[in-house]
Amino acid sequence: MARLIRTEKEVEGRYSEQWIVVEEDALDQWPEGPLAVVGRDVARVDGVERARGKAQYTSDLQLPGMLHTAVLRSPFARARVTSLDLAPALALPGVRAALGPDDLEQLTDEPGYVGHAVAAVAADTFGQARAAVERIGIVWERLEPELDPEEAVRRESWVNDGPTTYERGDLERGLAEADVVVEAEYRTQVVLHNALETHQAVCHWEDDGITIYISTQYIWGIRDAMADRLGLPKDKVRVVCHAMGGGFGAKNGPGDYTSIAAELAKRTGRPVRCALTRREENLATGNRNATIQRMTAGATADGQLTALAGEFINAVGFAGWSPMTEGPMQMLYACDNVRTTNYGARINTPPNAAFRAPGFVEGTFGLECLLDELAAKLDVDPLELRRRNYADSDRIDDKPFSSKNLAECYRRAMPHWERRHEVRARSTGSWKHGVGLASQIWFGGGGPPSYAWVRLGADGTAQVVTAMQDIGTGSRTAMAQIAAEELGIPVDHVRVSLGDSARGPYASISAGSSTIPSMGPAVRAAAADAKRQLIEIAAQRHDLEEAKLDVEDGRIVSADGGSWPIDEITGLLDDAQILGKGARGPNPAGMRVLTFGVQVVEVAVDVETGEVRVDKVVAIHDVGRVINKLGASSQVEGGIIQGIGHTLSEERHLDPETGAVLTQTLDAYKVPTIADVPEIVTDLVDVPDPHLTNLGSKGLGEPPIVPIAAAIANAIRDATGADVRSLPITREEMLRALREAEERAAAERSKVAAGSS
Amino acid sequence: MPELTVNGDVYELDVPVMRSLAQSLREDLGLTGTKVACGEGHCGACTVLVDGTPTLSCITLLHSVAGREITTIEGLRDHPLIAAFVRTDAVQCGFCTPGQIVSASALVERNPSPSREEIRHAMSGNLCRCGTYPKIEEAIATWRD
Repeated sequence: MARLIRTEKEVEGRYSEQWIVVEEDALDQWPEGPLAVVGRDVARVDGVERARGKAQYTSDLQLPGMLHTAVLRSPFARARVTSLDLAPALALPGVRAALGPDDLEQLTDEPGYVGHAVAAVAADTFGQARAAVERIGIVWERLEPELDPEEAVRRESWVNDGPTTYERGDLERGLAEADVVVEAEYRTQVVLHNALETHQAVCHWEDDGITIYISTQYIWGIRDAMADRLGLPKDKVRVVCHAMGGGFGAKNGPGDYTSIAAELAKRTGRPVRCALTRREENLATGNRNATIQRMTAGATADGQLTALAGEFINAVGFAGWSPMTEGPMQMLYACDNVRTTNYGARINTPPNAAFRAPGFVEGTFGLECLLDELAAKLDVDPLELRRRNYADSDRIDDKPFSSKNLAECYRRAMPHWERRHEVRARSTGSWKHGVGLASQIWFGGGGPPSYAWVRLGADGTAQVVTAMQDIGTGSRTAMAQIAAEELGIPVDHVRVSLGDSARGPYASISAGSSTIPSMGPAVRAAAADAKRQLIEIAAQRHDLEEAKLDVEDGRIVSADGGSWPIDEITGLLDDAQILGKGARGPNPAGMRVLTFGVQVVEVAVDVETGEVRVDKVVAIHDVGRVINKLGASSQVEGGIIQGIGHTLSEERHLDPETGAVLTQTLDAYKVPTIADVPEIVTDLVDVPDPHLTNLGSKGLGEPPIVPIAAAIANAIRDATGADVRSLPITREEMLRALREAEERAAAERSKVAAGSS
Repeated sequence: MPELTVNGDVYELDVPVMRSLAQSLREDLGLTGTKVACGEGHCGACTVLVDGTPTLSCITLLHSVAGREITTIEGLRDHPLIAAFVRTDAVQCGFCTPGQIVSASALVERNPSPSREEIRHAMSGNLCRCGTYPKIEEAIATWRD
């Protein structure tokens, strides 16, 4: 029977309460360790079609009569449109419709950042649309932009209701109890997602509803948001995404382009594509916002943390939200006295968007570097310092963790950490070698609601049906494995049908490392429901007791000795099918579900040129049960490589006077290439979380990118003695840090000399 | 009218002089395996072979390759690299993958046993934002397995 449950839902650290309906009985978790299909290396079920270029991305869709859109975007960070004339654009050949700020809420006559959408044109070809946009008659009144986040803080210009402060214990007492106190300011830059498929949608009105083909991380979120914007009942909005070319957090919502395409499609009666160019992608689709982190840490001489404090400024942009940059400081260590303040500065730069563990990537860089600075002052081993401050329960609201195997991660890190003496000894000439580490904490428990169906056909093969999306993480393959495991059939006997809100039940967002922990348990429940029905039918057919039947290796097996191929039973159905339904149950009440890990990094630094080379990364993470070992290692490698870009080469450059974005292309904005990749060793603890769902699996998309910047910076300190406190660690920043370290050493030498004279 | 040979088939295309090869392949011939990710020759997603040489089709004008042999990912559908990429999980979102495989096919054609360094050198013009690089390297190093 259907049960109605009130439960807590978390996405990227933001919690909300909601009602969910759960239909099936709870299943016991599978035993720990690799099973028949789950926990093994499995090649992607859609790998061949993607590799052959046959997978259908939104960018590949060509509907009959489809029009193309170009968008007029503000060249100014802050301006007012004093007059706008679309007529010259509409007069050009091939132009079918044009929109201005009066026509659509997502277009503005008071742009607040470079790239803010002002007008749009639909034409037969993209070239015609772009030419027409150039001809729009527009008069701008330029206004003085606010580009400095610290000035915005002084002026109290916020993206939210204002600063938020968190406090536990007594910070002043904690500082008084400390034998050693370190203070430092850390800064991180703006980085751009640059998924290779740009943001885009094709909108097509049919009857009284709309079909939206879109490159998205959240089919159902697009449905709800667009139903709201268009004033339609939700079920009149169908959202389709079969394959998508990367998101990394920037494709959770419909943006401006979906509304532009929808309105132009409505006006022309034709399907309309609105696809951003690479340059627009780097202006108007979100970014990881810059941060300024002013932090203090105090500890007793034996390395017990007594105080942690931080002021965290998020340079959010013209809109967006203020990520939880202070999260790691609040959550990672057992410190009794903590005070953090989060400022969400509103400035005239493009709005931020979630980017793979937003806030925690930045905050972990600050905190985990500060911990190493503290360790150096205390003369305590950095790994030992982390062990001495191990949190056994969640310190924000005193909840137990559903599971935490960070101590096991630290244990596995030891052999790699112990190599540092040997690595350092490799230094020759201007190349200095060193080892650093950093810990990881992040969410990733997923949650309800999420639903799946499993259909068993006459031929004994299964089809998983759910309207989720596979954003390139391999979640489609993981779902096939889970269904195959539960049904006792090979993974190639399972097809997975995803990507269409009209052809499957509600499914979770693919953000916050939530796809597997949210969807996996629903798929397993659906498969179990189908299996139960299969056994019921087999029992009746062969006059056996249901309790004595199970399914193994594609056969129904009786405890009394008989066995029958599945298709002998399903074959009785002819064209009918067994339909299993499954729902994701609630998260464990009263517990905090988090992911943990540690990374150990070896670097080499050329102290003459400032070149930093990452030689090796060992990534040890605890994310509960691993579904696909091969796919999991790809997630880890991908997160680390993206993190290496964040740490060493990527930065959105902005003209500080005008707010113009100077890095709009992939030659100016430096994402890592294959030549920048170090040796990466993935080691996953792979122990199911005993309290979390019927799987015990957490998410893995984000954890690997969280600690990498700090681990690299700490390795640089180990190699050179220099404190790098600002990302990216360009040669310029590296040389600055080396000079500063040299000056500090010289000052200490002269102090010692003065003392001894 | 430019005559084009794509994957062994001859096409006559009546298109404007400024039409790019990528656009023509995708829109005129419906060969959407060739992806366009930047449109200005920086990322390698649109790589095709022109007489066996990896070429960025988004910054190649159609008329300039008239009479030449074009090979796209659709022409490599049974190349052993396809299976190698799938086996080693060298496919994440898959948007760069066709371009990666086209570039890799030219590499293994002239050098069937490339070293890791040679792979990195040959493949450094093909960006992958998902960071699939270790697996891509593995796929190419073991493509005949």
